[in-house]
Amino acid sequence: MTEIPPVLRLEGIVKTFPGVRALDGVSFSVMPGEVHALMGENGAGKSTLMKVLGGIHAPDAGQIFIDEQPTVMTSPQQAKAKGLVFIHQELSLADELSVAENIFLGELPLKSMGRVDWPRLYADTDAILKTLNVGFNARTRVGDLSIANQQMVEIGRALTVDPRAVIFDEPTASLTDAEKSVLFDVIADLKARGVGIIYISHRMEEIFRMTDRITVLRDGSYRGTLETARTNEDEVTQAMIGRSLDLSRNASHHELGEIALEVRGLSCGKLLQGVSFSVRRGEVLGFYGLVGAGRTEIAETLFGLRDPSAGQILLNGVAVRIASPIAAMSHGIALVPEDRKAQGLVLGMNCRDNMTLPQVGDLSAGPFVSNGAEIAIFDQYRDKLDIRTPGWRQLVGNLSGGNQQKIVIGKWLSMRPEVLIVDEPTRGIDVGSKAEIHNLIRDLAAQGFAVIVISSEMPEVLHLSDRIVAMFAGRVIREFTSEEVTEDSLIQAISGITADRVA
Amino acid sequence: MTETTRQNIASVLARQGILIAFVLFMIVFALANQRFIAVDNIFGVIRSSAILGVMALGVTFVVIGGNLDLSVGSMMSFSTIVVLDLHDKVGPALAIPLMFAMTLALGAFIGFLVGYLKLNSLIVTLGMLSAIHGLTLTWSGGKNMDIADKEGTWFAIFGQGSALGIPMPILIFALLAVLLSVLLSRTPFGRKIYAVGGNGTAATFSGIPRARVVFLTYVLSAFCVALAGLMQASRSMGSQNTVGQGLELVVLAAVILGGASLLGGSGTVFKTVIGVLILGFIQNGLLLVGLEFYVQYVVTWVIIILAVWLDIAAKRGRFLSPIA
Amino acid sequence: MTPQTRKDLVKQGAIWAFIVAELIFFSIAGEFLSVSDKAFMDIDNMLLLLKQSAPIGIIAVGMTVVMINGNIDLSVGATFALSAIVLLDSMTWPIFAGLGDWVIPVSWLLALLTGAVLGAINGLIVWKTGVDAFIVTLGSMLGYRGLVFMYNGEQPTSNLNWTLVDLAEAQFLGLHTATWFLLGATLALWLLMTETVHGRNAYAIGNNREAAVNAGIRVGPHFLWNFVLIGTLAALSAVVFYSESGSVNPNDGMLYELWAITAVVLGGTKLSGGYGSIISTLGGVIAIQLLRKGLGHIGADTETVNLVIGLILIAVLFLDRQLNRKGKEELKT
Repeated sequence: MTEIPPVLRLEGIVKTFPGVRALDGVSFSVMPGEVHALMGENGAGKSTLMKVLGGIHAPDAGQIFIDEQPTVMTSPQQAKAKGLVFIHQELSLADELSVAENIFLGELPLKSMGRVDWPRLYADTDAILKTLNVGFNARTRVGDLSIANQQMVEIGRALTVDPRAVIFDEPTASLTDAEKSVLFDVIADLKARGVGIIYISHRMEEIFRMTDRITVLRDGSYRGTLETARTNEDEVTQAMIGRSLDLSRNASHHELGEIALEVRGLSCGKLLQGVSFSVRRGEVLGFYGLVGAGRTEIAETLFGLRDPSAGQILLNGVAVRIASPIAAMSHGIALVPEDRKAQGLVLGMNCRDNMTLPQVGDLSAGPFVSNGAEIAIFDQYRDKLDIRTPGWRQLVGNLSGGNQQKIVIGKWLSMRPEVLIVDEPTRGIDVGSKAEIHNLIRDLAAQGFAVIVISSEMPEVLHLSDRIVAMFAGRVIREFTSEEVTEDSLIQAISGITADRVA
Repeated sequence: MTETTRQNIASVLARQGILIAFVLFMIVFALANQRFIAVDNIFGVIRSSAILGVMALGVTFVVIGGNLDLSVGSMMSFSTIVVLDLHDKVGPALAIPLMFAMTLALGAFIGFLVGYLKLNSLIVTLGMLSAIHGLTLTWSGGKNMDIADKEGTWFAIFGQGSALGIPMPILIFALLAVLLSVLLSRTPFGRKIYAVGGNGTAATFSGIPRARVVFLTYVLSAFCVALAGLMQASRSMGSQNTVGQGLELVVLAAVILGGASLLGGSGTVFKTVIGVLILGFIQNGLLLVGLEFYVQYVVTWVIIILAVWLDIAAKRGRFLSPIA
Repeated sequence: MTPQTRKDLVKQGAIWAFIVAELIFFSIAGEFLSVSDKAFMDIDNMLLLLKQSAPIGIIAVGMTVVMINGNIDLSVGATFALSAIVLLDSMTWPIFAGLGDWVIPVSWLLALLTGAVLGAINGLIVWKTGVDAFIVTLGSMLGYRGLVFMYNGEQPTSNLNWTLVDLAEAQFLGLHTATWFLLGATLALWLLMTETVHGRNAYAIGNNREAAVNAGIRVGPHFLWNFVLIGTLAALSAVVFYSESGSVNPNDGMLYELWAITAVVLGGTKLSGGYGSIISTLGGVIAIQLLRKGLGHIGADTETVNLVIGLILIAVLFLDRQLNRKGKEELKT
């Protein structure tokens, strides 16, 4: 009986950077028509592996085989020519150009003298769009498409050649359920065509639904390949982090104080519609929902970055108008934003300056900054939050994600807020720091802060919250207490299904 | 030489590269012509660089804040012409504050457009370059300005006077440099400028009034321009109405040479002063070895490219860019 | 063809609407305020307008390409002057003494070559060092201007060749030679940007450089070509202008880069790259020239022109920003 050769095989891939062994002899294979998951926490080596496969880094040792032919990768374009295509998490499209020009970027069909063969371009693009079963046409400007459709364009890019293997990196991050099923259809189609698929994701539900095998990386080394049908979440998590992550429900039962913040009927154009909720001191209120559900928009409105079109915000029972972040700060509201690099930190400044930025004026002695006072604050929160950095002069851009996030949190804690809003507290952070930050948030509640946590990770929001607000399309669909919430009811709520309308 | 030693040397070179190059450059020219390091020659160079230097200090603030100002040249022409004209009309004691007020108003207008309306600073200051040029021409009626009675006024003190044996322009430049350096490195305002230029969004998310900070950098720059105009007017007691034309780019060159990034968030007063002095000494050195003044433009070109290239190369770790 | 949303067409149509408004305004105002007794929209006047738009116009269409791919070129004015000097001076070189009037095409070629070489230097530096085009061309603006002065000091360089002047002053089908070159350059570049792979890549590189690089587009040679292009166009502009005028001052061309950029931005091209149109730039050039002429027609002077153009540029920026705002949806950062 002849053995079917794997479509992609890695053998002993090693990659070191100064000071760190990012990949330590990784080997696994992907069969034609297989959906093979690649899992591991942040820093496990997944993205380095992708870069090696994509020709951006040359491996220090090891070989890559495509259809059992040894292949050396030199660039993404060359990898594509060899049959290996990537659909990255961050879309990389030229949004001013048309769908056709994006799909055939760098590969435009030509006539004589460098002129573009437009009829052929559109015909070829239409053919690809047809296989993807999409609703837009080849001439549409990519910037006018929804994120899900843009992702389809990226996938279309992959199909200009007949790929042997397609690698999907967190493809469902910004998709609604309906859009996800379109994506899964595409993947099923590729599968049927004998294309090997690598599926990188953190979402257990999808992994267990879609994939045939799961390869786990931890700290750069290969930890095993499991057959999806014969394993479970716990086993996979064990392989990923070497222990089970404590994601039990929030079982804390300390005293709750009075209502610190109340929101009534908050609306903001089409983004928020009649949102109402309240938070007590000592409580963690979680917000869960899809991208675009309105969670971050609530945070932005509370922090003065958006003007509401209707509704009231009450702090300690008093109605307030929050016109700017400065006003928000004066009312005791602090926001740890979603994107710490773009919104939370000035990467070119040092740790201390970043941490004391909101109060650099208040800390001043006369007209001058007060170095002593600022260093004292830095030291205090460095110890409290266990921030690892060689010293306060270190540029924040050189810190790890977890430590960067702690600087942002320290920045706001040092302002002694009444209400602390944390948007995606552990996005892109390794599991060790993740646990630390989770404990920190629970501690803050125990100390009497009113905390709002916004998260896209269900285990996290279930673990941290005393109550959960489920949002969909700018509306509060339902509020759950931590005792009554179930994963299914939560998913339904954020998909817009209210209690009286079961699909 | 190990990898780390090489990296260490590279990073030291990068950070202090301009300074080292400057020192080397001075040595070379000193060897070529002894006159170069004569005290009165050095004073002369600093004196003639002072006006440009004062303008460059102001532009430094704008650049650190993440913006550009291409209008400083024509704004300086405006200041010079206005103060000369008003001198003969209302006397120097009134002319000077009036001119400052008007120049600051122009700066405030630009600051409003870039800071509060968030319009692109390159295009706004490009437009203002043209508009202010028009204003200057209108004010002067197309003619050059001259002070009628050059002897009977104390106005000359700014450009031609001296105190404690040091020429006034140098004193003004030095004093301004010290004051602004303290402002930038030791006050909350200075810290906020670095934050706004380094990451404007994060600055806003940290409660910093970004619009106001940018606005103030332009007002500060306008103040420096007004001062420069005063010094220029006082030095020659008369002027063409195009005296400042083209200066915006030389000023920008000095700021870039000093190592400030045009993207914002980095740079210092001291570095800009070095940049200004480099330009001044290039011109002087070339003159002393007998080359005409325009050779300095070619030399400046080469030096700017080399300086920025080496700075970038040190940061990314390789000489040639990775552009395919 | 390129994708066009309704919004795009409105934005691109705006510059032409503005031109029409100018024509109307100055025609009417001219009736009351004009110093001459000819109407503003006199056909000769309009033809002259096109001719006068040529020097900056030819440069501006080249600048559009450079800006679309995400760069900028501040050295075009100096390139313009240096090419003009090569043009006029080379006609007197002893090597060509035997050619008689046939030296003219040779001099044209040398001038264009000068522009190409100067552009190539810029392009190579941007490519190989990675220094931003703004800084590179800021430096070469100073450096090339230094070369201009080094050629002949502060004296003008002149050479009056009547054959050349006659050629330059000729009119074909009612349009001046200069106008033909302007239209030709516009057409050629429009075809380049809309029909060829080089042009489409320019949009891609300016819009999302990383995506372009990952797609295998070679950015370095692309930049080099665009700088050579604009350098050659600056030289072409000099050839067109100085063939007729016969004398160039070392300060000529000063601020041309700024006028070119103004025209490009007025026409709707984005400073950040990835979006823009050659035809709209032509509109921007004509709009500026029309403003100059119109204000002159109603008795205003150069001062006012400068003032007005500067303020209009700012107003355009402001309008553009207002049109692009999304109202309540926007964050107040």
